[in-house]
Amino acid sequence: MKKLSLLLVALFFTAVMGSSAFAAGGHGAAVDEVHINMSDKASLQSGAKIFVNYCLSCHSAQYSRYNRVAKDLDIPLWQLKENLMFTTEKEGDLMTTTMPEEDAKAWFGVAPPDLSLVARVRSPDWIYTYLRAFYIDESSPSGWNNSLFENVAMPHAMYELQGVQKVVGKVEADSHGAIDAHASSDAVGDHKVVGDTIFELSHPGKLSPAEFDKSMADLTAFLSYMAEPAQLQRKTIGVYTLAFLIILLLLCILLKKEYWRDVH
Amino acid sequence: MAIHRHDNHKSANAVMEWVDKRFPATKVWNEHIAEYMAAKNFNFWYFFGSLAILMLVLQLATGIFLTMHYKPDAQLAFASVEYIMRDVPFGWLVRYLHSTGASMFFVIIYLHMFRGVIYGSHREPRELVWLIGCVIFVALMAEAFMGYLLPWGNMSYWGAQVILSLFDVIPYVGPALTEWIRGDFVISDATLNRFFAFHVILLPLILVALVFLHLVALHQVGSNNPDGIDIYDHVDEDGKPLDGIAFFPYIVIKDLIGVAGFLIIYLGIVFFWPDGGGVLLEKDNFAPANSLQTPPDIVPLWYFTPFYSILRASTTSLLFALEIITGLIVIWLWIRAKVSIKAKIGFTLLAIGVFVGLQFGSGKAWGVILMAAAIVCFFLLPWLDRSPVYSIRYRSLPFKIALVLFLVAFVTLGYLGMNAPTPGKTLLAQICTVAYFAFFALMPWFTSIGKTKPEPSRVVYEAH
Repeated sequence: MKKLSLLLVALFFTAVMGSSAFAAGGHGAAVDEVHINMSDKASLQSGAKIFVNYCLSCHSAQYSRYNRVAKDLDIPLWQLKENLMFTTEKEGDLMTTTMPEEDAKAWFGVAPPDLSLVARVRSPDWIYTYLRAFYIDESSPSGWNNSLFENVAMPHAMYELQGVQKVVGKVEADSHGAIDAHASSDAVGDHKVVGDTIFELSHPGKLSPAEFDKSMADLTAFLSYMAEPAQLQRKTIGVYTLAFLIILLLLCILLKKEYWRDVH
Repeated sequence: MAIHRHDNHKSANAVMEWVDKRFPATKVWNEHIAEYMAAKNFNFWYFFGSLAILMLVLQLATGIFLTMHYKPDAQLAFASVEYIMRDVPFGWLVRYLHSTGASMFFVIIYLHMFRGVIYGSHREPRELVWLIGCVIFVALMAEAFMGYLLPWGNMSYWGAQVILSLFDVIPYVGPALTEWIRGDFVISDATLNRFFAFHVILLPLILVALVFLHLVALHQVGSNNPDGIDIYDHVDEDGKPLDGIAFFPYIVIKDLIGVAGFLIIYLGIVFFWPDGGGVLLEKDNFAPANSLQTPPDIVPLWYFTPFYSILRASTTSLLFALEIITGLIVIWLWIRAKVSIKAKIGFTLLAIGVFVGLQFGSGKAWGVILMAAAIVCFFLLPWLDRSPVYSIRYRSLPFKIALVLFLVAFVTLGYLGMNAPTPGKTLLAQICTVAYFAFFALMPWFTSIGKTKPEPSRVVYEAH
């Protein structure tokens, strides 16, 4: 019986790990790992600033509210109004875009998706890679293309920060589709590897490649926060709850021992 | 006086005496709680019954709070869930409790059913307890399936689309029936509204009623125990079983350990891993329902995937394999089996019918039949199991081997159902499908062979 229980537990964990690994990995696209620290408020604030300046003009975040973002990210209200609110005067408003959907469809062929939940639909790694994978492509309607999301309708919104990069080649992936983590995160000489693609910076932007990567990590962190604002308090409450439950479990065990003392 | 006192117990005080004359409160309390005798050697596996009730209550409670803010409207549903997640104070907690709770409910129910199988709780005289339990399992699947449409995410939408379209394979009435269930030609607002009604009213009522019947039937025959023997074989002078112990307070206090342990796991997931790496909350369901954009892989939630795998495994090659198996059974029947000639002819005719059905039926139609049969198999368990002993502790080796193979097949099917099919995976799913059905089909045989260990006359219990 013990063996059977063990087998059951082993089977269960194999299945769970196997499937969640699959779910996390997505469909095998090579993405770069991003390290996000949800308690790093400076990083989240920087991400929020980039978001309202570069993303919100076309994309909405229609489930997110300005004052909630300000509260969660420790941004004073006056700063919020001065630096972050461009679409409305009311701080309790949802972060909608001013671009009409029909116009957007006409201009880009597809309405830019709402970004409130994008980090949960994709993954932080995917977003981080996608944001850094735009390159110049004369053949596409917008003049831009993306090596992670081929023929995406979105132009490179942050080229003034990153500069203009062009594709030099592809990284040879091994048989499992995985690529060497070191090669992908570092610049190789003048070249830079994003996902499975090697880029060369033909025109530098306002930021250095390292600064741009940091900014995109901040933006990714902000998008991850925005996909689930509750996560900031969720884990804190969780720690207290579990601590209480462990004490409760011990008390229950003692109580049971006391009651069952005379059972033979 | 027309009032008769049916109980033979002294009421605790004047108030209870007043109540007891009008309502059998003390009587019910004593018969079903304070003097309900359960074996004192209950182990870990016996936590899952009370945990299932706890989970049902938690789902009802969290569900009530969710309906206060949820909008069953195709235009508003997705946004209302996000409103709950963001703007309702602790709405995220209630929602995660409910979404994680659904998965935990199935974990509990699967383990509860497994407990029944390994200790023979489905055997005489508890067949009805088992059957009602199986109906609860089916009702719970319906409840979960309909609940999964409500967030109106893209996976909700397409999952419901795929599963409802299965009704299409029913001859003649299929497409009309599907349309009637959906209330539209596609999954739409009409479908969402009726699923909401079923999810929050009809099925919870059915579930609560069934759980009540499950307990009534259980208390009629008494709880089984890990030794699978009758504790009423040895009673004291008052007729109380020597190995029994009162449900209250002893079993209740013991169950509290299970509750605390379970809450640690359940709330651990709620607070630290609510999407379960995409298994508990699927990534594609964070995008609103979109009838123009099919998710790359439409997968149901994990608790349906063993059955979904069986559905997908039904291809022409599986049907061909099943035809061969049917043929082999008939040949074996005529050469080796010691049954009457009437039975042989009867079975052969049945086999010919199945063969013709397999030959001319489509893979999809048989997939639906096999998937339904996979669930029906559980209902038959009390009559398929012929072992002279109940508990796995005394079962023969063939049963243990078969059970392990079944477990491996079931979990493998579950795993495969969460992944996109490849030719290799489909073949593996087909092998596991055959193993799944073989477990039930061969059960009368492998439970009657092999050497069982002698059952003890009293339960094995060491006080600590």
